[in-house]
Amino acid sequence: MTIQFNEETFRDDYTFKNSDWAIKRFPFPFHEDSYMYAVNMEQHRGGPDGSVYEKRFDVDEHYVAEMKDRAMVLNDDPLRCQSLPHMTLAGWDLLELIMVSKSEDYPDLFELHRDGDQWHWINKPLGIDDKFTFMDETTLPYGPMEYITRQTQGDFCVLDQRDDNLWMDAGIVTTQADWSLDFDIGMNFFEWHAPVPLAHEKGIFVRALKFLLNIQQGSPARRLNWTMTVNPLLDTSPENYHKWGVQKTTLTPENIGEKQHLRVELQTFFRLPRSNALVFPIRCYLCSFQDLMTVPKWGRRLHRVIRDLPVELATYKGFIDNRPMMLDYLSKFDDGKPTSDGIWPDLETEPALEK
Amino acid sequence: MSAGTDKIAVTISNIVKLNDLVTRFEFKRTDGELFPTFSGGAHTVIEMKDGDITRLNPYSLMSDPRDQSTYMISVRRDDEGRGGSLFMHNNVSVGDEMVLSYPVNLFSLDLRAKKHLMIAGGIGITPFMAQIKQLDHAHGNWELHYACRSEALGSYVDELTSTHPNDVNIYYDDQKQFIDLENLLDGQPLGTHIYVCGPKGMIDWVRGKAAELGWPREAVHYEEFLAPQPGKPFEVKLAVSNKVIQVGEQESLLEAMEREGVDAPYLCRGGACGQCETNVIGYDGKFIHRDHWLEEDEHASGKKIMPCVSRFEGKTLVLDR
Repeated sequence: MTIQFNEETFRDDYTFKNSDWAIKRFPFPFHEDSYMYAVNMEQHRGGPDGSVYEKRFDVDEHYVAEMKDRAMVLNDDPLRCQSLPHMTLAGWDLLELIMVSKSEDYPDLFELHRDGDQWHWINKPLGIDDKFTFMDETTLPYGPMEYITRQTQGDFCVLDQRDDNLWMDAGIVTTQADWSLDFDIGMNFFEWHAPVPLAHEKGIFVRALKFLLNIQQGSPARRLNWTMTVNPLLDTSPENYHKWGVQKTTLTPENIGEKQHLRVELQTFFRLPRSNALVFPIRCYLCSFQDLMTVPKWGRRLHRVIRDLPVELATYKGFIDNRPMMLDYLSKFDDGKPTSDGIWPDLETEPALEK
Repeated sequence: MSAGTDKIAVTISNIVKLNDLVTRFEFKRTDGELFPTFSGGAHTVIEMKDGDITRLNPYSLMSDPRDQSTYMISVRRDDEGRGGSLFMHNNVSVGDEMVLSYPVNLFSLDLRAKKHLMIAGGIGITPFMAQIKQLDHAHGNWELHYACRSEALGSYVDELTSTHPNDVNIYYDDQKQFIDLENLLDGQPLGTHIYVCGPKGMIDWVRGKAAELGWPREAVHYEEFLAPQPGKPFEVKLAVSNKVIQVGEQESLLEAMEREGVDAPYLCRGGACGQCETNVIGYDGKFIHRDHWLEEDEHASGKKIMPCVSRFEGKTLVLDR
């Protein structure tokens, strides 16, 4: 498959758009008509052809534009990428994992040639052709984690595992749902999750940590998470809240379909073999309400989920003020018909909207 | 889903008898591909087809973690045990095919350490063999103190002392050479981490002394896998799978569940990792707890059991499996 990469922006004039292909493969995060936290983990071993689950690191039409946006964020704020000194080996692990995965999964886009520790990496979409010595930082323009994640969509947290806990000791975070690597660096699993409402009381984090500590080499896992973003903005960081927070007030009944985006994170978890660290890629997918409404099942379901979501969650996810306007819009796409189980669009089997 | 159960088909490529007790086994992948890399301290679980019995025993990987062509383990013969090590010593030949799990590391180096102080007893040397190779590649700062019964039983002593004469210290019990632990710990630079692998007595001694001297708990790492011990046969009701199974004299409760097709999670199979922790629904009898995962009050509560190493004697036992 050859991917046509979009020329688009995630800031200022916001020319980002999803093709029909991208809409149909959007990772809609609700498998039923309601939502509550759960330890919703599953094995990350492929998925339906063309879905975002199929490859270990999904590459889509937004790849080149997202990498340009990342470079701009890093240029403005170098602290978005940090690696504590003991995490360099994990950085090499991550570089190896991504280069091997991408060259095997997308041989027309990426090539990796290895002769002992002499490596040759070709990234065709970004026009990169580099030769370097594996495990020798001086042969790369950046540290190994930064080098490869400047070429890979999604944020990356590289977690050290020790004392029966996970520690946020390295990462690159430029497309985040309002959290800060610079604030969380060095924290453990419970510390960086402290702001999340309701889930602690449900024992979610104790169980999730137990699951994550036991993720084994060769057995990666995944889950979806979601929030809401006004305008197709990748960098919704606390550092830049003064720039994007105010945009939430620009929503009107006329522009909501175009401006309001469902933001979905495909979170995956891989054990890194040489360091025994865990890498946690957080890949962000954006889809406007009006594009989502082209799938009748998703229209019905999104209305019901947003309507019934507990106030604490709507507040934490930052859209409590806009919820009434969202519901006015979404209710037009809910005719009360039942929906099929699971996240897939089911375009052939689900009835068209009757309203 | 059983964690850590991803498997690699291997062929025995070499067997080296090191001394009266210890033999090294070397593996190649049967499909000719490369092994995954691993981190020093990782173990693999070996499947042994011993007649009707499938044994699953964990052994530390001791080869160079960067060498993807060969995996190596060293097995100490245990004449009193249930037969896993005897099977390896007596029934396995070059060219035999076996099955290994992916590497799992429950004894990882803390890479923040300014210095790694390793204390090994007997066959407990094996995880350090891989950790030393990992640290040498990274120019890490380490020091090994290795106690063996005698020169004749000192596995890998020659290799270690010839390659690292300044970092390796050997102690032979039969020559009355003992680690001067208090002085050793007292002289360490700030940021040192201690790693100990060996018999239970040695682990308790090092942990106790370190605690007494005020070492932070997080700076003391240890690994001790217990081998399941034989015991009286007993009967167990598994409530979730609705089965009544018999645990034989020579098998563990975990092995009996696996034999009956009940999916039970595991990683270390040695009472250390906590993965197989199982809730007790009801019982009439007494537990023989042997793990070092559950706390003392949990052992006393009669509400949990670690089926990899612990047993039961009495009338009825009902488990949440």
